[in-house]
Amino acid sequence: MSQLLAPPADFTGLSALLNHPAPIVLHQRRWHGPLVALVLAAVLLPTVANEYWLSAILVPFLILSLSGLGLNLLTGYTGQTSVGSAGFMAVGAFATYALLVRVPVLPLPVSILLGGLIAAAVGLLFGVPSGRIKGFYLMVTSLAAQFFLEWVFSKFPWFYNYGSSGTISAPHLEVAGFNLNTPAGKYGLVLVFVLALTWVAVNLVRSQTGRNWMAIRDMDTAAAVVGIPVYRYKLLAFAVSSFYLGIAGALWAFAYLGSASAQSFGITRSFQILFIIIIGGMGSIAGNFVGAAFISLLPLLLDTLGQNLFAGHVDAGLLQNIQKVIFGGLIIWFLIKEPDGLVRILSSIKERLALWPLRL
Amino acid sequence: MSEAANPYLLEVESVSLSFQGVKAISDLSFKVRRHEICSLIGPNGAGKSSLLNVLNGVYRADAGWLHYDGERFDHLEPLEAARRGIGRTFQNNALFKKMTVLDNIVTGLSKRSTVGFLAQALALPAARAEAARFRERTEQVIDFLDLQAWRDVPVGQLAYGLQKRVELGRALIAEPQLLLLDEPMAGMNADEKVEMSTFIADINRELGTTVVLIEHDMGVVMSLSAHVVVLDYGRKVGDGSPSDVKNNPEVIAAYLGTVH
Amino acid sequence: MGLFLETLIGGLLAGTMYSLVAIGFVLIYKASGVFNYAQGSLLLFAALTFVTLHEKGLSFPAALAATVVVLIAAALLIERWVLRPLANRTQITLFMATLGLSFVVEGISQGLMGAEVHSLDLGIDDVPVFIGGLMFSQFDAVAAATAAVLVTVLALLFNKTRIGVSLRAVADDTRAALSLGINLNRIWQIVWAVAGVVGLVAGMLWGARQGVQFSLSFVVLKALPVLIIGGFTSIGGAIAGGLIVGASETLAEAYLGPYIGGGITPWFAYFLAIAFLYVRPAGLFGERTIDRV
Repeated sequence: MSQLLAPPADFTGLSALLNHPAPIVLHQRRWHGPLVALVLAAVLLPTVANEYWLSAILVPFLILSLSGLGLNLLTGYTGQTSVGSAGFMAVGAFATYALLVRVPVLPLPVSILLGGLIAAAVGLLFGVPSGRIKGFYLMVTSLAAQFFLEWVFSKFPWFYNYGSSGTISAPHLEVAGFNLNTPAGKYGLVLVFVLALTWVAVNLVRSQTGRNWMAIRDMDTAAAVVGIPVYRYKLLAFAVSSFYLGIAGALWAFAYLGSASAQSFGITRSFQILFIIIIGGMGSIAGNFVGAAFISLLPLLLDTLGQNLFAGHVDAGLLQNIQKVIFGGLIIWFLIKEPDGLVRILSSIKERLALWPLRL
Repeated sequence: MSEAANPYLLEVESVSLSFQGVKAISDLSFKVRRHEICSLIGPNGAGKSSLLNVLNGVYRADAGWLHYDGERFDHLEPLEAARRGIGRTFQNNALFKKMTVLDNIVTGLSKRSTVGFLAQALALPAARAEAARFRERTEQVIDFLDLQAWRDVPVGQLAYGLQKRVELGRALIAEPQLLLLDEPMAGMNADEKVEMSTFIADINRELGTTVVLIEHDMGVVMSLSAHVVVLDYGRKVGDGSPSDVKNNPEVIAAYLGTVH
Repeated sequence: MGLFLETLIGGLLAGTMYSLVAIGFVLIYKASGVFNYAQGSLLLFAALTFVTLHEKGLSFPAALAATVVVLIAAALLIERWVLRPLANRTQITLFMATLGLSFVVEGISQGLMGAEVHSLDLGIDDVPVFIGGLMFSQFDAVAAATAAVLVTVLALLFNKTRIGVSLRAVADDTRAALSLGINLNRIWQIVWAVAGVVGLVAGMLWGARQGVQFSLSFVVLKALPVLIIGGFTSIGGAIAGGLIVGASETLAEAYLGPYIGGGITPWFAYFLAIAFLYVRPAGLFGERTIDRV
């Protein structure tokens, strides 16, 4: 019988209350210059960078950043901890593969996007328990997803087209006749996706959606009281996050590894992505890139140090273990000293860093 | 429902609530008229906050009903309460600690958003227009509550009293029909209390918002409210105008030893 | 029927292995409120240390004693460098810190002691034993017995000694315990040392079964469903949870597995935990918390 309060056309009550017009204070967007330069640099990079750097460093760096971005939307912004990121990457990879093989008429980017959508649907499914299970316990759903999906993609040969080795690889990488099977081509493919999806993420994070997500993270009872449909936004976060992870997975399999199997998306990778967002900064867009850069470059750095300081006499296994100790130690250090990650440290150092507006 | 037919916006009918055997609210009934400011007073632990929690759905009553705007409910989900125009502040400042003052207040408008997910994701003009509108209204509220200096500060870093103002802003930006305030002046000095009282009185007068507030400061209660309900151990021991209640022997007995 | 009983009991016995691991978690959770992801790495570390010392020539008891000393030292370090700085943070933060810790411990373990698989011979052969016409694994039976002994020892520790009572006080109400003058840091050190020793026992048994190697540290992930079902705060719960998970997994693999391809033990327990959480969000023995706003 009573109507729900209809949105007033122009908040006349409030205006009368204040009886003066609102001061116009909008955020000045100062980032155009430096950011455009960065993007331009990224686009022009293949002309100067050598092939090794493109395919072994930059491509994985970009894809890991994208994965971090996906996880960050769910864990850093919405506060839903997930340790199953790699599982959703696998969905994207295998779904894209299925489309490439069985519906070859679809152009490559479309297959990748659809792969992402399928990953989003699976992510949504595994997000259903989040209405009932809160906080720390929610981890068990992402663990279930991780191990279940790994099992599915190794157990059922349909997914890898009955190949004997259980691996999937892209039949051919091309868009509109352009062959992308070169380091520059793969880099370009990945870059386009990463730039586009980062732009979308920035939009989301600055909008109602982003705010609602953060409200849920900070205090979900208050979010409901304020009128935010908490469960719906949680599901949305799972879906969007998995969309990003799915695309990252497809790119990882086809633009980086070349061929992949379920093992390429094991729980170690999920932890790696979690580390990216812890180190880079949870609740930040730029942080994902910083964290991914760190994770991509640290092994390289250690290798070089090992080669130079010990004239190549350092065991590769030992280096890996040292790396582990450093990572672990850093995680602990960051959690103690700077829970907002490297991004906060960087922005404290350089206040006017061009990436500032990407950090909320 | 027309106002003439039902002058009461809110009616609490025989509500009871207990926690693990402890009765927080016992068979409580009272009515709140539209546009009035009603204060809920009583010693600590009398069940006032619990009642507010029942009113906007954070707790579910064990027995009894709520009548809101002519409809009867045995329970109202928080989301539903928000949609029906019930705004709320909490004793412990249920703010989004990591978000700025501005962002916190804007979340009060989230239920008014009509822009879809895709429009936001692709920064379509409709999304940007709504964001600008919301931003403008938020600035108005920030101006009204004198919060300009802290607009971009993460709320967790603000003093308690300022946080309370932000929470009020968040509750009022969507122009609620009913405002439930849990100790909106706790931790404030005399000047701040006057300011806060003025804010509340203005909101009530200009927006017509019905207010139910929990308050300990008798001076504020007497000057601000038209209607006072007294609780003690979860039961109602007084209900009437401020002067009625002040002279009620039961109320005086309940307050013995807790004079402010 | 015989096959069902055998499978069930086999599952229960296997479950005691989970229980052993889970007990280590419960100890730490009770005392410091943190789900110690590093328990798995500590398990690996403990087992590796023991095996390495033994291989280097130390006798069985000597290697055991030395390992216990090392574990105590580790507990001291962890309390000082990880727990104390993070004293009042959220559960998730502490969990992530233990995640980092697990990497540190793993890196140190394998860096110092190598990544090869070490076999561990405890003198218990994994031979079938026949009781009442049903077949069991001797090894599983010994593991179950060990768990029983361990639980008894822990129960004695908690109920009969002064330290144990302090531990329980801290678990019940940390602030009240502090106001009684209980040294929280000392309690944490003790608990982590005890958990380390429990981990050593579990690690040795697991190691004897499948070799002391890196994958041992992943056993910790299975502890989560065990603790969800049994609750995080009770040893009895850890045992019940371990048994339930062990039995369900094994039965599911035997009866459900053939229909969907087999090999479902890696994930079945997690779905079980999800189902459980829907019905009992606080676990079988866990405490129900009320959200006070």
